[in-house]
Amino acid sequence: MIEKEVTIKNRAGLHTRPAAALVKLAAQFQSEFFIYKEGFEINGKSIIGVMTLAAEQGSTLMLKFDGTDEDQAAHAIVGLFERGFDEV
Amino acid sequence: MLHGIPASPGIVIGKAYVVAKQAPRVEEKAIAETEVPQELKRLQHAVDRSERELQKILQLTEQKVGSQKAKIFEAQIMILADTFLFDSIRKRITKDLRSAEYVVHREISKYQQVMMNSSDEYMRERAHDVEDVKNRIIRNIQQDKLISRFDASSIVVSEILTPADTILFSRNEVLAYATDMGGITSHAALLSRSLNIPSVVGLKEITKHVQSGNIIIVDGYTGSVIIHPTEETITRCNERKAEHLQFDTRLKEIRELTAQTMDGKIVQLCCNIEFSEEALNVHAQGSNGIGLYRTEGLFMRTENYPSEEEQFIEYKTVVEKARPHKVVMRTLDIGGDKVVSNASSEENPFLGWRGIRVSLDMPEVFQSQLRAMLRASAFGEVWIMLPMISGIKEIRKAKECLEHAKNSLRNEGIVFDENIRIGAMIEVPSAAVIAGEIAEETDFLSIGTNDLIQYLLAVDRGNENVSSLYQEFHPAVIKTIRSIIIEAHRVGKTVSMCGEMAGDPIALLLLLGLGLDEFSMTPYILPEIKKIIRSISYHEAEEIANRILEMKTEDDIKDFLRVNLHTMVPELLLE
Repeated sequence: MIEKEVTIKNRAGLHTRPAAALVKLAAQFQSEFFIYKEGFEINGKSIIGVMTLAAEQGSTLMLKFDGTDEDQAAHAIVGLFERGFDEV
Repeated sequence: MLHGIPASPGIVIGKAYVVAKQAPRVEEKAIAETEVPQELKRLQHAVDRSERELQKILQLTEQKVGSQKAKIFEAQIMILADTFLFDSIRKRITKDLRSAEYVVHREISKYQQVMMNSSDEYMRERAHDVEDVKNRIIRNIQQDKLISRFDASSIVVSEILTPADTILFSRNEVLAYATDMGGITSHAALLSRSLNIPSVVGLKEITKHVQSGNIIIVDGYTGSVIIHPTEETITRCNERKAEHLQFDTRLKEIRELTAQTMDGKIVQLCCNIEFSEEALNVHAQGSNGIGLYRTEGLFMRTENYPSEEEQFIEYKTVVEKARPHKVVMRTLDIGGDKVVSNASSEENPFLGWRGIRVSLDMPEVFQSQLRAMLRASAFGEVWIMLPMISGIKEIRKAKECLEHAKNSLRNEGIVFDENIRIGAMIEVPSAAVIAGEIAEETDFLSIGTNDLIQYLLAVDRGNENVSSLYQEFHPAVIKTIRSIIIEAHRVGKTVSMCGEMAGDPIALLLLLGLGLDEFSMTPYILPEIKKIIRSISYHEAEEIANRILEMKTEDDIKDFLRVNLHTMVPELLLE
């Protein structure tokens, strides 16, 4: 299991488009992917779940990956956060 | 006994089937283990259907209001594809043994609650999207159950029937309709008439008084509904039914005869139809063709816009059934009360995006329709009619589109009628004022009285609070019709009427006297209209029309027409 902390960089936060990009990317991996924020636990492969996060710019999330391809999953998804979902 | 508005004739005695149409109400309902597969299948159907609906809405929204607004629907479509969400819903149905709609409600509401509690406005907005998609799925699950539970040979009782509902029910064996809301020219009323299903609308609270399984009588002639009728009442109703049948038989005898007045004036009587199946009425009712073929039916039946090929097949069927008579095809007239879905809700749909406005804004959809109509014109006489014309510019643009379609067909070597006629519907007051100019630019005019009257008098015909102000015989309406006919005749063009008024026996003397060339109406009434025409004189009708132009109120005009009609055709059963 891998745990990573990330910060939302893009201005609009985790709104619909980034949420969709995140879910789509997560779906490419076998590993389970969870997001934690202020006591909430969300399945990162569920768009409706990610939509409820209300993660605005500057907020911090804990990502948890668990499975055979957890390394690749963590690398790809953390990368997406770091690039600000390519819309910074 | 309840009184409403008679919307489609006929008397029917039968078992009521009450359709609840409020926002979906969900109750916790346990299911048996054996019901699980069925429940899962329903869920899947509802999700698939919801997705198709949303795709269509998305497409419409993108074309009209741009992709920014359309994002909302994109998000909803993504929720429908949320495998995690639906896996857990399926799991809960299977494990908790609860109905699909209950589990959908419970599971999605959880997320909705979190979003509602957010301090972020954007997030609270998204909660509405989640609510929308939830309700859509639930509605579709319930719809599915409704259809499968529908008992054949029932009278459908509901608050309101949407055009989509009417089509839906018409596929089952519906004996009659009775609804709380709606006026005589609401689209559902038109449709039930064209499908020959007796109906009464505007009953206000029939859904409160009737329960599924109750025996009721729906009288589409008088607009009354009797709940729990006595034996005596049933006998009386059957007698009246027989009387009407007898009169109908007599009418059939004049089928092959020309619509000619006693003093030799010949007019054209045509049918209004919506479905290709109805095209046979052209011959069965002894008409001169189809004066209005509403093409929306095809668009409402399919989830997406029908392809050119699908349209062509449908149009060709109609043309072949109507041959050797003409078919006047109206281009797509969605919008107003005929919106395909509740997608693009406008504040003022009747003054909004509808008719030719939609077609000109969606060139691909319009091209496919024009091409399909042109191709059908190789198989019989086709005229093209443009709805909601408000000015010359729209006609010129539409004609350019038609030229474009013709050129593309020529390039592909596909044959069509090179001299196909194109005409305008006169239903917007501005078009009525410049009817002469419009007639110069087109081959024919057709007066759409339903909309013309409601625009002229500022009365929503579907709103029962004001529907009594919707007056066919308002002096302003009559003067407007007169001027349209005079202006068109001045430039040598014919004028048809395809609104309800054209099939109103009371209006006949007046319209004939004003010089109307063609009457297009619901097929069932046509033989009766022909009978009246054959019993009266054109010369007298002209005099009557001239007298009416002097009259000041609808009541005076109606009384005068009724008395004259009775004197000329005493055997008529006027109700």
